[in-house]
Amino acid sequence: MLRGVSMSINDGERVALIGESGAGKSTLISVLQHRYAADTAFVPQDLGLVGNLSVFHNIYMGALQRHSMAHNVLNLVWPRPSEIARVRPIAEQLGLGDKLFSKVGELSGGQQQRTAICRAIHQGGPALLGDEPVSANDQHQSRVIMDAITTSFDTVVLAMHDVELALEYSTRIIGIKDQNIAIDVAADQVTRADLDFLYMK
Amino acid sequence: MLRVSGLFVVVALGCLLIADVHITTLDPWSELQRMALGFATPDFSAVGDIGWVLVRTVAFAFCGVALGAVGGFVLSQFFHVGPVRWVCAFIRAIHELFWALIFLQMFGLTPLTGVLAIAIPYAGICAKVYAETLEEADLRASKVLAPGADMVSAFLYARLPTVWVHIKNYTSYRFECGLRSSAVLGFVGLPTLGFYLETAFSEGHYSEAAALMIMFYILIASLRYWMRVRLIGLYALIAPFLLGGGVEIQMTNIVRFFTVDIVPSPLRGHDVFAAGVLPDFAGWLWMMLSDMALPGIVATLILTQIALVGTGMLALMMFPLISDKFLGRFGRSIGHGVLVVIRSTPEFILAYIFLQLWGPSMLPAIVALSLHNGAIIGHLIGRFSNQLVLRPDHATGINLYAFEILPRIYGQFLAYLFYRWEVIMRETAILGILGIATLGFFIDSALSEIRLDRAMFLIVVTAILNIGIDILSRRIRGRLHLSDTAQQLKK
Repeated sequence: MLRGVSMSINDGERVALIGESGAGKSTLISVLQHRYAADTAFVPQDLGLVGNLSVFHNIYMGALQRHSMAHNVLNLVWPRPSEIARVRPIAEQLGLGDKLFSKVGELSGGQQQRTAICRAIHQGGPALLGDEPVSANDQHQSRVIMDAITTSFDTVVLAMHDVELALEYSTRIIGIKDQNIAIDVAADQVTRADLDFLYMK
Repeated sequence: MLRVSGLFVVVALGCLLIADVHITTLDPWSELQRMALGFATPDFSAVGDIGWVLVRTVAFAFCGVALGAVGGFVLSQFFHVGPVRWVCAFIRAIHELFWALIFLQMFGLTPLTGVLAIAIPYAGICAKVYAETLEEADLRASKVLAPGADMVSAFLYARLPTVWVHIKNYTSYRFECGLRSSAVLGFVGLPTLGFYLETAFSEGHYSEAAALMIMFYILIASLRYWMRVRLIGLYALIAPFLLGGGVEIQMTNIVRFFTVDIVPSPLRGHDVFAAGVLPDFAGWLWMMLSDMALPGIVATLILTQIALVGTGMLALMMFPLISDKFLGRFGRSIGHGVLVVIRSTPEFILAYIFLQLWGPSMLPAIVALSLHNGAIIGHLIGRFSNQLVLRPDHATGINLYAFEILPRIYGQFLAYLFYRWEVIMRETAILGILGIATLGFFIDSALSEIRLDRAMFLIVVTAILNIGIDILSRRIRGRLHLSDTAQQLKK
C-alpha cells in the first residue's frame, strides 16, 4: 500500500509511472482511477474486455453513455453502419481492421490489449489512465500504440515497464520504489542510467 | 462419505421391508411379451397423426419454456429480495402436473392450462439458476465502463455476454426437460404425446405406442440440430398457433376457484368467528393431516428413499457403458444409445408402462424412478470418468472399477445424487396419480371428488415437503463438501 504519497498532475502532461513490479504502480493507478473516473478513460491490467463479444462491440462499449438504451440494444444485435464507420478507423489505426467482427476471446494477447486501448480512445475525454497498456505487444506495435494514445488524449498517465519507451513518449517520469515516490522529474532531464536505481535491491 | 451412503442404504432397506412391492397382475410375462412384440414392430402407418402429436408436444414445450425462461430471467434480477426467493422456491416445488391439475380447474382444457403448467415451475427454477450464474459473472468489463451508461445497456454489453454460453446451455437443457413435461401433460388430458400414448397403451396398440416413443426419441436426440438461437424468433411466432383449440375460458370459473373452491369447506360462506366454525375447521385440518397428508407423506418418503438408493446403484452400474475407461468406441456408442433412450423417457411414462405390466404397487414407481434418474446420473459421471487420467499400467476389469475409478468419481456421484433427491421426491409425489398411495394419489382423489380445498391443502403440503428435502440435501452436500460440484451439474 502507498503511504503519504501526494502528487498533482497538470493538464497536458504525459506521465509515466515506472518501477519494479510490486512497487505500487498499479495501486497508484487504481487510486487515480477511482478519483477521476468521471472524465478519464481507463485501460486496466486485466483489460476489462468481454471475450464473447466482437472487437467492434468491445470498442463501442466505450461510448455506451453517449447513446440511448434503444440505440445500444439495436447496435448490439445489429451493428449500425454509422457506428461501424466511427469504430473502424480507430481499429484500423491499431491494426485491428480485419478483426473487427472477430470475437475478442479468440484474439492474441497483443490484439486484446489493442482492443482495450481502442475502447479507451473511442470513449475519449481529456485523460487516459493505463496500467501497462503495451506489455503484450512488440517494439513496433508498442510505438504505434503510444502514438495513437498521445495523439488522442491531452493528459496521459501510464504505468510502464519499458523505460526507453517511457522516456521517449512522456513529459514527466515518476519513479516508484518501496511504495513511495522516489523520483519525480521532467523526462528530458533524465537518462536511462539515472533511473536504474529504481530497479536495484 | 461412506458412512452417509451406508446410512442411506440401511434406511432404504428398512423402507423396502414396509413398502408394498407385490406384482398384482396375473400374468405379467405374457403382457410383457405382447409389449416387446409391439415395440419390435413399430407401426408408423399413422405417421401424419404422429407428426401432429409431436408438433403439438413441441409447441407446448416451447411456449411453456420460453415463457418460463423469460419470467425466470426477470425474477432473477430481483433474486436478492427475500420474498422473491421464497416465491420461486415455492412455485418450483410444485410439479408441472399439479400445476396442470390446478389450472384445469380454473381455465379448463385450454392451451393456457398446459403452457402455464410448464411456465410457472420453470420460471422458479430458471430464476434461481440464472441468478446464481449472473452472480458468478466476470465483472472486469463492468468496472471499466464509463460512468453514465444506462443500466440495461451496461448489463447487456458488459455482464450478460460473459455468462451467455452458460445461460444458453442451461436454457436448452430446460427445453429438453420441457419436452418431457409437455409429453407427460397429455396424461391429464392435454393434446400432447402422453394423451395418445395412454390411449394406445390402454387399447393394447403397442406398435402404435412404439412408433410414438421412437419418434419422441428422435425428436430429443436431434434437438441440437433444430433448436438454434437464430430460429427462436421464428418458433416464437408460430408455436402459439400450434397449441390447438380448447374450451372457452370462463371468468366465473377463475373467480369461483379463488373465492369458493379452494377455501376449506368448513370456512366456506361462514364468518370465521361465528360459533362452531373454528372447531369445525380444526377438525377438518386434523382429518386432512391424519387421513391424507401423513399417510401420503410417509408413502412418499418411503418410495423416495428406495428410489434414491436404486438410482444410485443403477447409476454406478450404468456409467461404464459410456466410459472410455471400460468400453471401446463401438461399445460406447451402444451404451450412449441405451442411456439416451432410458433418460429421454419421462419417469411418469416409464412408471405407467411398468404399472401396466405389474399392477399397482410401489414396484413400478421404484423401477421407473431408479432407471430414469440412474441413466441421467450414469451419463453425467460417465462423462466425468472420461476426463480422468490414469497411469499407463493401471489395473483392468473389476479392479480398475473398484480401485481406480470408483474412488475418484464417488464425490461427484454423491453430489449428483443428492441434487437429484428433490427431483425424485417431486416425481414420487406425482406418480400417485397413477394409483400409488403417495401424496399425488390423495391429491388426485380429492380432485376427482371435486374437493379442491383438500387438493390445494395437499399440494401445499407436498411443496413444503419438497422444500424441506431441498434444504436437507444442501446441508448434507455442504457437510460432505460437495457443494461446489453441484454447480457443474447444471450444465
